[in-house]
Amino acid sequence: MGKTSDAALITRVGVQRLIEVLTARGYQVIGPTVRNGAIGYDAIAGIGDFPVGWTDEQDGGHYRLRRRDDAAFFGYAVGPHSWKRYLHPPRLRLWRAQRSGDEMRIIDEDDEPPRYAFIGVRACELNAIAIQDKVFLGGPYVDPHYRSRREAIFTVAVNCAVAGGTCFCASMGTGPKVEAGFDLALTEIVHDGEHRFLVEPGTDFGAQVLAELPYRPAPPADIDTARAIVERTAQSMGREMPATDVPALLRRNLEHSRWDDVAERCLTCGNCTMVCPTCFCTSVEDETDLSGTMATRTRRWDSCFTMDFSYIHGGSVRSSTRARYRQWMTHKLSTWVEQFGTSGCVGCGRCISWCPVGIDITEEVRVLHEDECDGDDS
Amino acid sequence: MARRRRKPRLAVWKFASCDGCQLSLLDCEDELLAVADALEIAYFPEASRGEIRGTYDLSLVEGSITTAHDAARIQDVRRRSCRLVTIGACATAGGIQALRNFADVEAFISVVYANRAYIQTLATSTPIADHVGVDFELQGCPINKRQLLEVITAFLSGRRPTIPSHSVCIECKLKGNVCIMVAHGTPCLGPVTHAGCGALCPSYNRGCYGCYGPMETPNTRALSEWLQSLGMTPGDLLRVYRKFYANAAAFRTESKRHDP
Ligand code: SF4
Ligand code: SF4
Ligand code: SF4
Ligand code: SF4
Repeated sequence: MGKTSDAALITRVGVQRLIEVLTARGYQVIGPTVRNGAIGYDAIAGIGDFPVGWTDEQDGGHYRLRRRDDAAFFGYAVGPHSWKRYLHPPRLRLWRAQRSGDEMRIIDEDDEPPRYAFIGVRACELNAIAIQDKVFLGGPYVDPHYRSRREAIFTVAVNCAVAGGTCFCASMGTGPKVEAGFDLALTEIVHDGEHRFLVEPGTDFGAQVLAELPYRPAPPADIDTARAIVERTAQSMGREMPATDVPALLRRNLEHSRWDDVAERCLTCGNCTMVCPTCFCTSVEDETDLSGTMATRTRRWDSCFTMDFSYIHGGSVRSSTRARYRQWMTHKLSTWVEQFGTSGCVGCGRCISWCPVGIDITEEVRVLHEDECDGDDS
Repeated sequence: MARRRRKPRLAVWKFASCDGCQLSLLDCEDELLAVADALEIAYFPEASRGEIRGTYDLSLVEGSITTAHDAARIQDVRRRSCRLVTIGACATAGGIQALRNFADVEAFISVVYANRAYIQTLATSTPIADHVGVDFELQGCPINKRQLLEVITAFLSGRRPTIPSHSVCIECKLKGNVCIMVAHGTPCLGPVTHAGCGALCPSYNRGCYGCYGPMETPNTRALSEWLQSLGMTPGDLLRVYRKFYANAAAFRTESKRHDP
């Protein structure tokens, strides 16, 4: 947790230096950058790779890059990618098996992932990583692939200065202010004077890295400015999750006709689960070669929107779109709580923006909620 | 598994088609020798001269049924085949030539051929599965050679082929692409199209053309409504669905909704 007393100020030069210091320490630095009409996460070499002066316009099934009237580094909301790509890769070869005669030999994979430094991690994303920690590291079965990546990361968080059109972290209690789970937290101050960044260390290691940067102690006025920025963001969320006991609401409405309505619109394409930073499901695929001597097992992201996902002897358990959309939404917002003790949704809005037909999880909840409220009135 | 005593016999059959899918097999340059090592290529007119004799362990069938002669021939092929796998849009859905199913074939013939007397054709182009039982259908126009190898290796080891029938979108997302429908407003058939191409077109900023046919549970009606909001007219939608997979049930039904 950042201590205000340790807060420092750095400039653009300081941010450039931060990238250099982390690179010199052997990290592969991943940060926001413009890729094919959106702000994604990729390897970055310096501040020139940031989406300088860009922002985004987001709505259901809609995302467009827009120009800002300044040179902000972090003046946008989350994009199509999440850190899940790095901590829980979309495809991972697990092992191979080689047969010679009657012998079979298992060939383990050398899973030696890079040490990642993530720059620009938002509050919702820190919460998403904390949720995936529970999924992959909590309980008796630990995922070694996730753990080896996760344990090595250096996290530079950013307090959001703008909320996206589909953001609703404020109503999920997961943002926009970063609270925990970072090494350093930045707040960008782009207006009123010099372009500068308030830096708050969250770990001792973060403080050590900060000490290697050209910084000065943060004046109290800048600390206040930073607080005001993130408070303003909290007031400008594009979406809102209805303030009610959502897990219970969904449990009461498993047979509501709204599921048929959303099934008319849903394409069962699976995009929502792919972009969601907490969805963790995978499938394993086996391949064999033509000579029949080598078999390969690969793990890849899967989605509860596919028919194979619930396939058991005799067919798919969730063959209707209604059943599959309901599985997704009730898992995210209701059964996840029973399973892992938190919601499976951090209000990042990706599933709304990147749904090709703009289906909105907050709207679907609102309809169920208002339907119950109307019932109470009559 | 014990060493196989004799190599399984492979046959590759051609019906009404462009040969592109068969060529995918020849296109497996690096693996072709291994294929020939694992299977006896007993009948493959595209690659070698051979004759139809006896039975085959695995038959790959390309092409659709457009003549009475072929309708009889596929029965013979089925009888001679232990496993019959159809490959490509023609064999699995009728192909581009199934556009005739929406028109008057007699009118085409009178325009194209000087002498009608030599033309014997059916009024429709239909998939193989409309005529005989099929063990597996590999979709695509043309099929993906990696997927063809997967079908063959799965056959050899007696397992189910790993050919996911979900949307192209999932492949697109696994690759890390930015969705061009959402971020560029480019109409894309990916959400209703069967995976297999590796999201080739969206990776090059082109909307998916639907070359791999309908995915497992295609909601074409909902996608069409969205495509209309992106500016497509009913005429555009008619053409979008009436291509290589025009005769596949989901695309056929959807195109008819936009047919004046
Ligand atoms: S359910 Fe949607 S809003 Fe919630 S975390 Fe997942 S992608 Fe973000
Ligand atoms: S919503 Fe679906 S894909 Fe996501 S974690 Fe739950 S079951 Fe898995
Ligand atoms: S809700 Fe949207 S993104 Fe998710 S499967 Fe349905 S159409 Fe696709
Ligand atoms: S570009 Fe097309 S295939 Fe890719 S996710 Fe978007 S709609 Fe799906």
